Amino acid sequence: MHGRPRRPAKPEDEEAASAKAAKLRDLQAQVLHNHHARTYTKEAIGLSFKLLEINPEAYTAWNYRKLAFQHNVKELSDPEAIKSAVDDELRVVEVALRQNPKSYGAWYHRKWLLNQKLAPVDFKREFGLLDKLLKVDARNFHGWNYRRFLSRFMGVPDEEELKYTMDKISENFSNYSAWHNRSILLSNLLIQQSKGFESKQKIFSEEFELVTQALFTDPSDQSGWFYHLWLLAQTSSPDNPQLIASWPSNAAKLTSSLMKEKVEQHTLSSIWSRTVPIVLYFNEPVKGLNQSSVNLKSDLEFSKDIQWRPLTMADSGYSNCWAAYLQISNECSSLQEYSVEVNIPCSDDIVSRSGSNYNSPVHFTFDIELISNDTAQGLDLFDKPVAWNCSESFQSHGNRDPIPVDLLKITSALVEQDSNWHFERLSEEIDLFRELPDDNSKFGKLTLARLLLACAAIKSRGRSLIERKGYCEEALGLFTDLIHLDPSHKQCYEDERSLVLMDKLTCDMETFMKHCSVQVQPNSAPLNHVQLCRLSLTRIGFAERLLWVQMLDLSHNSLRSVEGLEALQHLVFLNISNNQISSFTALEPLTKIISLKVLDLSFNKIGAHSIDTTRYICSSPFSHKIEASEAFEEYQKVNINVEEYWDAILFFRSLKLAQLDIKGNEIASKENFRTLVVTLIPCLKWFDGEDVN
Amino acid sequence: MAEAAAHSSNSAVDGGGGSVQNDYPTIDPTSFDVVLCGTGLPESVLAAACAAAGKTVLHVDPSPFYGSLYSSIPLSSLASFLSPEASPPTSSAAAAASDSRTVVVDLHRRSVYSDVETSGAAPEPARRFTIDLVGPRVLYCADEAVDLLLRSGGSHHVEFKSVEGGSLLYWEGCLYPVPDSRQAIFKDTTLKLKEKNILFRFFKLVQAHIAAASASADETREGDASAKIPEEDLDLPFVEFLKKQGLPPKMRAVVLYAIAMADYDQDGADPCEKLITTMEGIQTIALYSSSIGRFANAEGAFIYPMYGHGELPQAFCRCAAVKGALYVLRMPVAAVLMDEEKKHFVGARLASGQDILCQQLIFDQSYKIPTLDVPFDGSDSHFPRKVARGVCIISKSVKQGSSNVLVIFPPKSLEEQQVTAVRLLQLSSNLAVCPPGMFMSYLSTPCTDVSAGKQCIKKAIDALFSPQASDGSEGHLETASESTGDVKPTLIWSCVYVQDITQEKNQGTSLLSCPMPDEYLDYRNVLGSTKKLFASIYPDEEFLPKKSAPVYADDDSDSAE
Repeated sequence: MHGRPRRPAKPEDEEAASAKAAKLRDLQAQVLHNHHARTYTKEAIGLSFKLLEINPEAYTAWNYRKLAFQHNVKELSDPEAIKSAVDDELRVVEVALRQNPKSYGAWYHRKWLLNQKLAPVDFKREFGLLDKLLKVDARNFHGWNYRRFLSRFMGVPDEEELKYTMDKISENFSNYSAWHNRSILLSNLLIQQSKGFESKQKIFSEEFELVTQALFTDPSDQSGWFYHLWLLAQTSSPDNPQLIASWPSNAAKLTSSLMKEKVEQHTLSSIWSRTVPIVLYFNEPVKGLNQSSVNLKSDLEFSKDIQWRPLTMADSGYSNCWAAYLQISNECSSLQEYSVEVNIPCSDDIVSRSGSNYNSPVHFTFDIELISNDTAQGLDLFDKPVAWNCSESFQSHGNRDPIPVDLLKITSALVEQDSNWHFERLSEEIDLFRELPDDNSKFGKLTLARLLLACAAIKSRGRSLIERKGYCEEALGLFTDLIHLDPSHKQCYEDERSLVLMDKLTCDMETFMKHCSVQVQPNSAPLNHVQLCRLSLTRIGFAERLLWVQMLDLSHNSLRSVEGLEALQHLVFLNISNNQISSFTALEPLTKIISLKVLDLSFNKIGAHSIDTTRYICSSPFSHKIEASEAFEEYQKVNINVEEYWDAILFFRSLKLAQLDIKGNEIASKENFRTLVVTLIPCLKWFDGEDVN
Repeated sequence: MAEAAAHSSNSAVDGGGGSVQNDYPTIDPTSFDVVLCGTGLPESVLAAACAAAGKTVLHVDPSPFYGSLYSSIPLSSLASFLSPEASPPTSSAAAAASDSRTVVVDLHRRSVYSDVETSGAAPEPARRFTIDLVGPRVLYCADEAVDLLLRSGGSHHVEFKSVEGGSLLYWEGCLYPVPDSRQAIFKDTTLKLKEKNILFRFFKLVQAHIAAASASADETREGDASAKIPEEDLDLPFVEFLKKQGLPPKMRAVVLYAIAMADYDQDGADPCEKLITTMEGIQTIALYSSSIGRFANAEGAFIYPMYGHGELPQAFCRCAAVKGALYVLRMPVAAVLMDEEKKHFVGARLASGQDILCQQLIFDQSYKIPTLDVPFDGSDSHFPRKVARGVCIISKSVKQGSSNVLVIFPPKSLEEQQVTAVRLLQLSSNLAVCPPGMFMSYLSTPCTDVSAGKQCIKKAIDALFSPQASDGSEGHLETASESTGDVKPTLIWSCVYVQDITQEKNQGTSLLSCPMPDEYLDYRNVLGSTKKLFASIYPDEEFLPKKSAPVYADDDSDSAE
């Protein structure tokens, strides 16, 4: 079944194939005719069998058989007759499976038949069929699917199925399906706390032991590594989701200047308002944040209708990062200080992908100082194009609030409890894989790097910093090795390396401060500035540590994606010039940043390639959004080439930029591009350093 | 079959009664292309091959059963077989040659077995124990013997069962399963992770080499030449190559003695002259690994014929008989006939006194061949090879839950002076060689010195089995002494002896001597020599071509059981 070379077709094969095709066409036509005419005679049904015997992929024939079966079985009353009708159908499926053991239609038909529950199921026969099938190809996932179906149907205890996976692994450990089923069964057993499965630690220790036997025997076989990856994920992350960062952080003091709303010009009294985002960042994607699962209390007036929204490109509803926007409106313009209380209790609403609920209650408060500012400060700021090089170190602004790098303290105490075992287990694994004598096993290196990082992550919960950095350094070395060892997956390793690098640079105050400064712009309060330039970063990580950043310089890296930046709801200035961004779809996360005003995209690769690979990689590219179509019609009216610029349109129309630099991209040299951008962003003042007006 | 015809003519001629001398049938015709004496495996294979090639064949054996030195005999007959009474000279020289142009030379037989030592009382019923004279011996699922059986149709006359318990290595006083495949390495509980890695990496290296080598031999396939082991490594002693691959001593022992089946110490301080090369080692590993999984119903690499190894020559004899060979048992050959210049053999005088003329005489090695009067290169100063063999009947399996098991004692594992590997094959009643509840064990080791060889065998027996309690109450004493509960099998009966491995230099081609059972675990060498003998007689004939097999309706020849 696997690893057999394909042989080129011989002329006589072609002849046979065309003869077969002619026969099939004929049969198909007849079956379709019977289907439409609802002819359910014995001969007609026999024809469908002939078709399925040759081509089990004929879905219509299966549907026809279902209808025919239902039609004919209605007239039967004798249980023996019904049983024999069911048996006949089951035999048809078996014949089809002999032709193609991976026929979706055939498997589905069998499940459908059993689910009709018309006759007692001969489980012995079903399991016998499966045994035969899995003997031919132990990795036939249809077979495994059907086995799961049967064992549920019959109520086979998970313990027995677990034993079966062990039997198959003993026969040949190169069996993804068996390992996979094992992971599912173990998860179930652990959740149910079945007898003998009370201790997760004990079970996982045994599983690690088992899988390393396979890994060391043949490090080039992938199936075991996948299982190990699952074990690692189970061991390195806490069982329940945790809040790891927030903005504003605990005890933060915000100064927020209310601005005169200009939007509602027809109202006479001007309203002072300001949007303050609250960002919550979890260690894993969660869903279910709403007004009841997150309590906000404040003496401040704000709209009670708080919407928590996931900040993610995916449509799954799960996200690491959630935001709510406080619309503060105040009639009076006097100086006031308010406190806001955020309370996340244990909640069954907030659940992770694996279904575990949030059970580490968190409570924090922050203060907002409101300043009314008559001058329309926000716009005056952009009198001149913003330059990126005038910044001062933090120290000179001693009066500022410290950068909330130690945000992590919110939850660190809560995670301590079971991380000891995790850490010991992972350390053992690290020692083991350091010993793996295969110098060139990419899986070995990758797993070791992942183990080191998992250890580093556990260390971040309040343990030695030096040790943590040691893990990071070793992992960085491994990824560099892997880039050379396995060039076809270079980009993947580069991404992983970028994450480690970002972790290393931002994990402690001292290192991080070297990249932080305060940017002083004319007519503006000093801005929190972070500079991560010339680091060969290919992607962004650890965004939870950057939530407070207002000005971010990522120029001269190798960024292919900016995913992660959507969490930075205070970002006003972003410089991603001189990177490897190749399309507007790759920039989609930026459309989620409501405060973004200045964007430098110059010297990237936008428009350089006709094929936008991001669309295939990103979880949810623009192209899937329906709302777009109306907007397109609108732009078509003003003579914008929607077909060519659809992604640019979708990107720019969601931004409220005052300044954009895009020179040095292929697309910027196109005719009318400037006009297009100016049309799409009405508030734009500076385009590539020139005044738009 | 033809044998029956000869027998019926016997009774017709003899008319019952009379002296032993006259109890022989008269054979008609009196001239054959080939006359073979002795029905050992090589003679039987040759008979089948000659008959398949269309030659007229007379095949006689002095014994009343098939197999000669390759037979399986009941326990009750073992003693008399190993130490035959001085047989009266089968003198026929008195009778002159019927034809003045031929010279009659009396044949003498040599004694093959020596130093027979038996202990314990043979359990009853003794006839239910079948003893292989060639033991311990097995067939690789993928070896020449199996191919020959399939090609000749002999596979229809013999049934096999697998040595399903696999192999065990005796190392530092304990038995360890031999990790001989990817899955076996995975499942092994005694190996360290690092050892697993090194061992499988070595297997992979060898497999890649085998695949690349067979691909480059087959021009239609693209092979990865870089996967081949470099030439200079192939000429290296295998043990050096294993060291180069980083195999620790125990892993080296596994590969050298339990998989590559080396006989002599490869890893000793002073290198012995019998070092196998990497090339040879890899050939055996290739055979070993292609044997695993060849037959769906055979577990492991080895199979064993039901009812004992004596079935194999018999199967080939049947093939020969189907093709027209004439069989006469209980028919010794008394003398050979030479031409008057004593330059060629022209026939044989049977014990019945009848002269049979033939182009080709083939004898088993128990006959001393008279020398021809022709120039003969090389003297017979060949150092005699010997093999020490042991047969034991034991009370239970050496490996719990397994019936048929191979055990390897690498050199120095039993004692410091041990220079050869000892192999032990345990067989159970599922092979119909002993009654249920008991097990047969065969041991062998090559030796030059009789006492050293026997010493090795005895040490191995002592290592695995505990002696029977003197009061006859089976194993009750040691159950008390062994607190672990892991009680050794009790030794019920044993016989240790030495077999000479003589190989006469064949002079000319008109009389050939077939090889004796050798010291190896399989028949590769024996059949290799047999094939060469056939090629020397009939250089233009194919050796047992596939088409020579009779057609059977139910051709399920690809199954081992």
